[in-house]
Amino acid sequence: MIIKILGPGCANCKNLTKAATAAVKELGLDATIEKVEDYAAIVGYGVMSTPALVVNEKVVVSGRVPNLAEVRTLLTAANQ
Amino acid sequence: MSIAERIPTTTRGRVGILVAGVGLWALAYWVNEWLWDAVLYNAFGMDPESRVTETIHFFLYDSLKILLLLAIIIFASTVLRSFMSVERTRAFLGGKREGVGNVFAAGLGVITPFCSCSAVPAFIGFVAAGVPIGVTMSFLIASPLVNEIAIGLLLTLFGWQITALYVVSGLTIAIVSGWILGRLHVEKWVEPFVFDVKLGGEVIDPSLGLTFGQRMQMGVEEVKTIIKKIWIYLLVGIGLGALIHGWAPAEFFTTYAGPDNPFGVLIAVFIGIPLYSNAAGIMPLVAALYDKGLPMGTLLAFMMAVVALSLPEMILLRRVLKPQLLAIFITTTGLGIIAVGYLFNAILA
Repeated sequence: MIIKILGPGCANCKNLTKAATAAVKELGLDATIEKVEDYAAIVGYGVMSTPALVVNEKVVVSGRVPNLAEVRTLLTAANQ
Repeated sequence: MSIAERIPTTTRGRVGILVAGVGLWALAYWVNEWLWDAVLYNAFGMDPESRVTETIHFFLYDSLKILLLLAIIIFASTVLRSFMSVERTRAFLGGKREGVGNVFAAGLGVITPFCSCSAVPAFIGFVAAGVPIGVTMSFLIASPLVNEIAIGLLLTLFGWQITALYVVSGLTIAIVSGWILGRLHVEKWVEPFVFDVKLGGEVIDPSLGLTFGQRMQMGVEEVKTIIKKIWIYLLVGIGLGALIHGWAPAEFFTTYAGPDNPFGVLIAVFIGIPLYSNAAGIMPLVAALYDKGLPMGTLLAFMMAVVALSLPEMILLRRVLKPQLLAIFITTTGLGIIAVGYLFNAILA
């Protein structure tokens, strides 16, 4: 599973990265977490509100920081 | 368990939890009204007439009061604004022409939840969707200038007239500045890569598909995030306010920046631009200076300069705007703020 965190590196992006890392660990997923900070690439995903969470090249959340429980649900759904 | 999971899903349960929340808030506000009298005068036996006691009292009372006001203002505005999104705003502005577009963009800039760290992707996204540069700038100017926390605090501390003046003048600055930028055909001063970016993927609208519980949770989390971020500004602002309130002689500020000084507004704006705080941090200071006789126009201009023109935001915008355009942007917004300051001083005198 490829997880990407889209955002220029503000506090929200860091919180989202933290939640994603924790969720991956809890679920025992085989996943890589990548940061995407390039603005053209971010907009390339159709994202205008950062941070955004991309799982296997699909945007699942944008413009807010989901909490750990929600990230866990999203990753579980994407893993099936 | 997250907050969203603990919030009841029945209408009755939801109303119940909101009523309970507001009740607790009102109780805390009421306790704050007499708590510090009891603690300082009765428990510690301090002299209510002494200036030191008065300063400490002012600081403690104001800190808790502003904190409580902030909590309810941030919560309410976050929950309400969770129904709006930059995506929705862009879709709405897509077909608008200049003029009307500037007016809508400024209005939407106030109600759309927007973090300045999203300024660059939003700018690119707007341009890619065919929103004119001037209209996009109206949005980007209004968003920090007419701040929802400032509206809430002004409303509770100074009443609706001053709040209305603030909102109307902030919107006017955003509309006129954006319109001027559009008239100047500043496309040549936008970094060229902006026009090459293709909007890809599937646009996810963050305002859709949220449950009541999730919106409540967003509200609570936003209160925590903002207070964590600004508490130091807040305490410094209230501390300065308390000192000015108790110790600065009444003539001190009015001599240098009072209604009779024609340069008062200019000085306030030049002091305000490099200061980077936010509306919440600056408001206690504004309130204290107002008590000392500083005119409201000067103070509003000061506040607007602090929130609208900040170095971190300029650095972000530099990614998409060339220096020439950035300079015009700062100049038009700055002149707008100065004009508003003088206008208010004339109206409110």
